[in-house]
Amino acid sequence: MVPLSAYVAVSAVLFVTGLIGVLIRRNFIIVLMAIEIMLNAANVNLVAFSHYLESMTGQIVALFVIAIAAGEAAVGLAIIIVVFRGKISTNVDEINLLKW
Amino acid sequence: MTLPLGDLVAIIPELIVATVACLVLVLDPITPPSRTHWLAWLSVASLVACFGITVSRMDATVTAFSDLMILDPYAGYWKLLLYVVTALTILLSLAYLRVERIHLGEYYGLILLSLAGMMIMVSAADLLVIYLGTELMSLSLYVLAGFKRFEVRSLEASAKYFVLGSFSSGILLYGISLLFGVAGSTRLSAIAAAVGTHGLDDPALLFAMILLVVGFGFKIAVVPFHMWTPDVYEGSPTSVTAFMAVASKAASFAAFLRVFLEGLGGLREKWYALFLVICVATLILGNVVAIVQTNIKRMLAYSSIAHAGYALIGVVVAGQAAADNETRALGLSSVMLYLAMYAFMTFGAFAVVALLRKGGLEGEEIEDFTGLAKRQPLAALLMLVFMVSLAGIPPTAGFIGKLYVFMAAVNAGLTWLAVVAVLLTAVSAYYYLRVVMVMYMREPDPSAGLVSRLTTSPALTLVLASAFAGVILLGLFPDPLVSITTSAVLPFK
Amino acid sequence: MYDLLVILIPVFPLLAVLINGLAGHRYSHHVAYRLACGSVGLSFLCSVAVFATTLRTGITREVVAYTWIFGGDLVVNLAFLIDPLTCVMLLVVTGVGLLIHLYSIGYMHGEEGFTRFFTYMNLFMVSMLLLVMGNNYLVLFIGWEGVGLCSYLLIGYYYDRVSAAKAATKAFVMNRIGDAGFLLAIFLVFVNFGTLDYTEVFARAGELSTATATAIALCLLIGAVGKSAQVPLYTWLPDAMEGPTPVSALIHAATMVTAGVYMIVRNHAIFDMAPVAMTTVAWVGGITALFAATIGLVQNDIKRVLAYSTVSQLGYMFLACGIGAYTAAIFHLMTHAFFKALLFLAAGSVIHALSGEQDIRKMGGLKARIPMTHALFLVGTLAIAGIFPLAGFWSKDEIMAHAFTHGHYALYAMAVLGALLTSFYMFRLTYLTFYGQSRVEPHVAGHIHESPGIMIKPLLVLAVLSVIGGFPGVPPEEGWFHHFLDPVTVGVLSGAAHQGATHPIVLLMVVATVIALAGWGLAHFLYSARPEAASQWAARAPAAYRTLFNKYYIDEAYDAAFVEPAKRVGRIWDWFDRTVIDGLVRGVGGMTQGGSALSTWMEKYIIYGSINVLGYANHLTARSWRRLQTGMVHHYAAIIVAGLFILLHLILLW
Repeated sequence: MVPLSAYVAVSAVLFVTGLIGVLIRRNFIIVLMAIEIMLNAANVNLVAFSHYLESMTGQIVALFVIAIAAGEAAVGLAIIIVVFRGKISTNVDEINLLKW
Repeated sequence: MTLPLGDLVAIIPELIVATVACLVLVLDPITPPSRTHWLAWLSVASLVACFGITVSRMDATVTAFSDLMILDPYAGYWKLLLYVVTALTILLSLAYLRVERIHLGEYYGLILLSLAGMMIMVSAADLLVIYLGTELMSLSLYVLAGFKRFEVRSLEASAKYFVLGSFSSGILLYGISLLFGVAGSTRLSAIAAAVGTHGLDDPALLFAMILLVVGFGFKIAVVPFHMWTPDVYEGSPTSVTAFMAVASKAASFAAFLRVFLEGLGGLREKWYALFLVICVATLILGNVVAIVQTNIKRMLAYSSIAHAGYALIGVVVAGQAAADNETRALGLSSVMLYLAMYAFMTFGAFAVVALLRKGGLEGEEIEDFTGLAKRQPLAALLMLVFMVSLAGIPPTAGFIGKLYVFMAAVNAGLTWLAVVAVLLTAVSAYYYLRVVMVMYMREPDPSAGLVSRLTTSPALTLVLASAFAGVILLGLFPDPLVSITTSAVLPFK
Repeated sequence: MYDLLVILIPVFPLLAVLINGLAGHRYSHHVAYRLACGSVGLSFLCSVAVFATTLRTGITREVVAYTWIFGGDLVVNLAFLIDPLTCVMLLVVTGVGLLIHLYSIGYMHGEEGFTRFFTYMNLFMVSMLLLVMGNNYLVLFIGWEGVGLCSYLLIGYYYDRVSAAKAATKAFVMNRIGDAGFLLAIFLVFVNFGTLDYTEVFARAGELSTATATAIALCLLIGAVGKSAQVPLYTWLPDAMEGPTPVSALIHAATMVTAGVYMIVRNHAIFDMAPVAMTTVAWVGGITALFAATIGLVQNDIKRVLAYSTVSQLGYMFLACGIGAYTAAIFHLMTHAFFKALLFLAAGSVIHALSGEQDIRKMGGLKARIPMTHALFLVGTLAIAGIFPLAGFWSKDEIMAHAFTHGHYALYAMAVLGALLTSFYMFRLTYLTFYGQSRVEPHVAGHIHESPGIMIKPLLVLAVLSVIGGFPGVPPEEGWFHHFLDPVTVGVLSGAAHQGATHPIVLLMVVATVIALAGWGLAHFLYSARPEAASQWAARAPAAYRTLFNKYYIDEAYDAAFVEPAKRVGRIWDWFDRTVIDGLVRGVGGMTQGGSALSTWMEKYIIYGSINVLGYANHLTARSWRRLQTGMVHHYAAIIVAGLFILLHLILLW
């Protein structure tokens, strides 16, 4: 049987990967994907805890999170499209009109 | 499984708001553009109905959906505040959107959806529900921030808000998942019990707590999670900025206080210090950086950061481990009071910004206020009152709010914190008064293309009159609000 | 009925503010000024009635208008305390205020924003009345902030002058520094007594430990120093002369700047418990009295001379408070209001006659052209110089005598020297303005005219008051004024203040008179008998002259001490920003493209982490904060993560 700590470790790695992705990737869509990875890291946690604590709550929460992630992706992609129309770029760094 | 009718009755206001939001979205395509304002009035009418229902249920405490939601006076208080702010936003938008040529019915639907999210946040008793509420609120706000589709800066605000907002809620969610691992449930009551059994030094618990601090810190825009605020406030349509600065901040504070006082109340000793540091940093940064701003929306953004700092003083008082419950309750009620006062003055200031025009665009630079007292004496007077209130000068609401927060701090033995805050209030007078100086002590420059004609409408007049009345009346007669907040505080255990 | 009368005192001007403020543009100036002056007149009548009642019954009354704040431990009423001290202040504020309002009708005639001016003036009256009438610290504070705000708006009234807007901001910010101290004092009072009502606080002041009392008193003193322009926060008052002259007379001479003195006298129960604070008050006052007088010696702007003289006279009042002569402080406050308002308004009349000229080097010989103004100004000068038996003589002499008889010889010497200088620079001002050869510029000379009756008549009343205003305080320490005020100003501890007659008071009076006459004589010698002597003296001690002329370089010193270092830090930080940080940022940018993802992240994290640490450590300049706001989403996200790590460290370290 796979111990809980293994799941938590995977989840932590996923979370940090997502975090790093947001910090260093410049393409808007990849940043969006990195955020999805962070959400999924939480999902792994939730399902693993749910299994080990024998409580269904975690899995239900994970389902909700998946739904929200879909909503977030929809809104995010829509924003990317309008930004792309306005600036002809999907590079996050080039969105820096507002500063100081 | 049967439909839990009693539970649905309990959340009638939420249902009304969500239903009307959907209705507006559905009706929008089939409403002729000349009648879009009907949708706005429909939204306002639904808010009035909700206001009535919530007032009639103010005294009762009801739980619904097997303790997922709690409808107590605390939630009721915040909801009333949110209804008022949302109604003001819709009325402000009526005139503002038309001038900006983005008068679309879906705007009102999004505002109402966002409100529904906030209402869920303030009466949630479960971390999942809080997460759902914040996401509903935020997703609507991301779209609203980019509502001026043809202006690059608005799009940029939307994109930044989206990336950073979902980033921070990812962190929040990870914290929630860890808390679930510790407590085996996402109910705040279960978490409180788990904190009791696990003690103060469980690393998973502490790490989860820090992740929650980051997540909520982002929503209430405190240092160092505030970076998005100036950019997003500047770029968004002004009516949306006002809504974000006031409503989303109030709802986030409400949820944040419930989570930390009820769910993580046992960890007070730990988070108290964190918030003390954050509070001082926020006060200093907000007030200092506001001085050098030239754009009024950016200046107000930093001002709103600073005001979050003042409100945090009350949070720190409420989180004192050593203090008795009465002292802590005073801290909590001072936060509730402060945010209500803050709502009126900040909303009023943004409303004045929204009505100024420079050429075809908004007059957003502080310079655009030059000689406003000559051009538009009434608008200048209103702005003067809002600025004076933001600076905390009596007898306005801003003064009473600060007085309560500082009194709570002094009462809890945090005199030094009050001293720091008072000194920074003196600093803040400088940048608020700069706006007054520009308005009252400079001649209007005819060549600057500043138009004396304002964006006015009966609805806008109503908005400004309400904000003005709020600032003055709450300053002169705070008693009713004070007694409501003192009776609506969370019970301390 | 009586209660209503009390409440109506501030309500009349408030109504005028509302009507003129909201509808002022709909009707002519005549309606506006009648409303404004009429409301103050009605307030004055009510004040007289209240005063008469207090005088007859001798009862201290508290009138509650409504309960204002309620909740928690704090209950504060918007309530008024009517006792002899309040009555005196009421009469001074509404009486002098009324005269200045009347004068303004003539002085501000034809100015743009006439109605606005009167709206601010009335708003000022409301705030000032709240300040002197309140029965608790909160009402006092509201008035305190209100007068500051009105002062700010009125200094910046001539907004076409850049210097006016700057002076206004300077005044407001300096006042806010003082206000921060005052607010702290209020908190300390609340923590120690659980209430903000004077009656209870003063009744229980004896319970305070000396340390607490000293802390409260010193915080109050900071507030008073800011508001009353004492050393070291006095530099705003001379600059405030940018406002219209009636404003200088009302706010910056007769009423608002004396609020600090009133506040100390009102709180004397607390000050009596704190000997250290009392000594500080006395020395602040003594130093200010002397210091400002020396600067006044060589100023060339007629209003600035009067401004420094105001600072100096306020110093006398502080000195009086510091040595426990509270009645004398209020007595001097009253007489000073009379003669200083007279002097300012007469100066305004001179400026009016000369089409706006304020430089006394371009005046001279005006006695023949505007005889009435000259006579009035001379009365004011005699009064302030302390010539027997005018008002200034009695009040100033009482302060000096009290200092001497209670053994404060050093303070006495400073006060006497200050009196000599006062007499000198005031007569210098008179001689240079009204006597000798005319130095008026030719294009102005043709238009010189006496001011209209509406401006002269209030001056006549003030002149009469400047002459007879001292008699209520005669004989010194035993006069009617003292018997009226003593119930308020004599505390438990200073109960033994009455010693009076046994001391050589008459001798001290003679000394004071001789001093005043000496100053007059010297001024006469230098500026009238031998006009060339003054410039010779100045030439003989150029360094001293320049130092005085430049006001001891205090403004420059403040710049050098506070503004310049801030700028320098800003410049260093700016350089650091441009070279090191931008370099780092650019380097990181290069590595993002070149290096592997992980190592880049490491670099980025460490570097941005260090940027954060540096940025947050250095909050001295807002500019550097601003540089962090790069507009780049990555940086913001990095800062969020850095914040996360900082919090982690905090938790681990705690």
